[in-house]
Amino acid sequence: MRETDQKQGRGRTILGALALLSILVGLAWGLILAPPDAYQGEVQRIMYLHIPTILIAYLSFFIVFVASCLYLWKRERRDDILAYSAAEIGILFTGLTIIEGSIWGKPTWGVWWTWDARLTLTAILFLIFTGYMILRSLIEDENRGAICGAVLGIIGFLDIPLIHMSVYWWRTLHQPPSILRPDKLPWENVHPSMLLALSINFLAFLLLYFYLLALRFRVGEMQDEVKKLKLYGGQ
Amino acid sequence: MELLRQAARLLWKDFLLELRRRESLVTMFFFGALLLFVFQFAFEISAERAAEMAPGLLWLAFLFTGTLGLTQLFQAERENHCLDALLLSPMDRASLYLAKVSFNLFLMLLVELVIFPLFWVLFNLTSWHLLPTLFFVAFLGTLGFCVLGTLFSAVTMRARAKELLLPLILFPLMIPVILATIRAMEIILRSGELGEGAAWLRLLLGFDVIFLTAGFLIFEWVIEA
Repeated sequence: MRETDQKQGRGRTILGALALLSILVGLAWGLILAPPDAYQGEVQRIMYLHIPTILIAYLSFFIVFVASCLYLWKRERRDDILAYSAAEIGILFTGLTIIEGSIWGKPTWGVWWTWDARLTLTAILFLIFTGYMILRSLIEDENRGAICGAVLGIIGFLDIPLIHMSVYWWRTLHQPPSILRPDKLPWENVHPSMLLALSINFLAFLLLYFYLLALRFRVGEMQDEVKKLKLYGGQ
Repeated sequence: MELLRQAARLLWKDFLLELRRRESLVTMFFFGALLLFVFQFAFEISAERAAEMAPGLLWLAFLFTGTLGLTQLFQAERENHCLDALLLSPMDRASLYLAKVSFNLFLMLLVELVIFPLFWVLFNLTSWHLLPTLFFVAFLGTLGFCVLGTLFSAVTMRARAKELLLPLILFPLMIPVILATIRAMEIILRSGELGEGAAWLRLLLGFDVIFLTAGFLIFEWVIEA
């Protein structure tokens, strides 16, 4: 038990070191090596953080969905810990995305916030998963909380396409996506150096994400152990 | 078929209870009417602006009264351990879901049936002939509200501060319904026909179908938790 713990701990440390290293490389590439944008100038560089963080946030909510389904199906503690951890980190990344977007929006659009479709969608995601955390904190019974959380995780995820569609019809001002476009391949539309910087940053944030997730997951496991020890006195 | 029969029986129980206690319906109705007065004090709605503001204000009133109804939805079952007895009986859990969705839908539609004309009278609107179409849109939206609302009413049933928690998690999930109903009603009020509003109605219908199915499948786990 202790040996596997140590091994996992070492694995996490390596993952964390890799994440740190790749973030430094990614930042150097994005902030120094890549050319400034033809229209937006230097401020465009925030995209190297903005796009990775929102993609990670979506990934996170997808993990919440999958782990919630698994939990309802198999009722294993680790699936619930995973869902909870992913939700927590997902909120962090959604919040970061909104803040970065505001910082970019002020010089580019002239406002901190506008009721554009994608902004609204991100904010709603933030609200849904804040609701998830509050729901979990207000239900004392652990199993019941896990089931209720899983239901919200599933319904919330199923709702995303519908919310997406409705706010899009409602209004669209956000510039059309420049990376994932139906009519052009990514490398035809964006300077190769920019695309490389973006890819490095995405990879770096992916590593960071899995490091944080592994860490948060371990904390969840330890919380469970403490609870058990309190209940049964170490027997 | 057996499922529907069970659901009908449970629904009948709720009707009888409501008939004898007269709690939810009366409270919901007066709260809805009260909101119309509050809106008038808040916005000073003139006859010209009334048609423009009607969809949003009506939906606010329906959302708030509906939430009021939802927080009471499982109250009767919580008292005297009625829920435990229901769960012990050999019935399909999904029938309880269907019964509760129908009951809340019924309450909300009754309230809307009164609030709609009341709004037209209070704010001097003349487009009475549009009311049936508008009511149909409201029906689809209310169904969507009840479908998810019932599920999350059961989810929050055993939580602390459940009355606060329910709207907090329900409203963000309701955004497609809120947007679709209000936009469709706006189009109807402006042009006098459904027209482009049809796309919004399809979205509403999709929402209703998806979450009725999801709720139907998931409810069993929630109620037993």
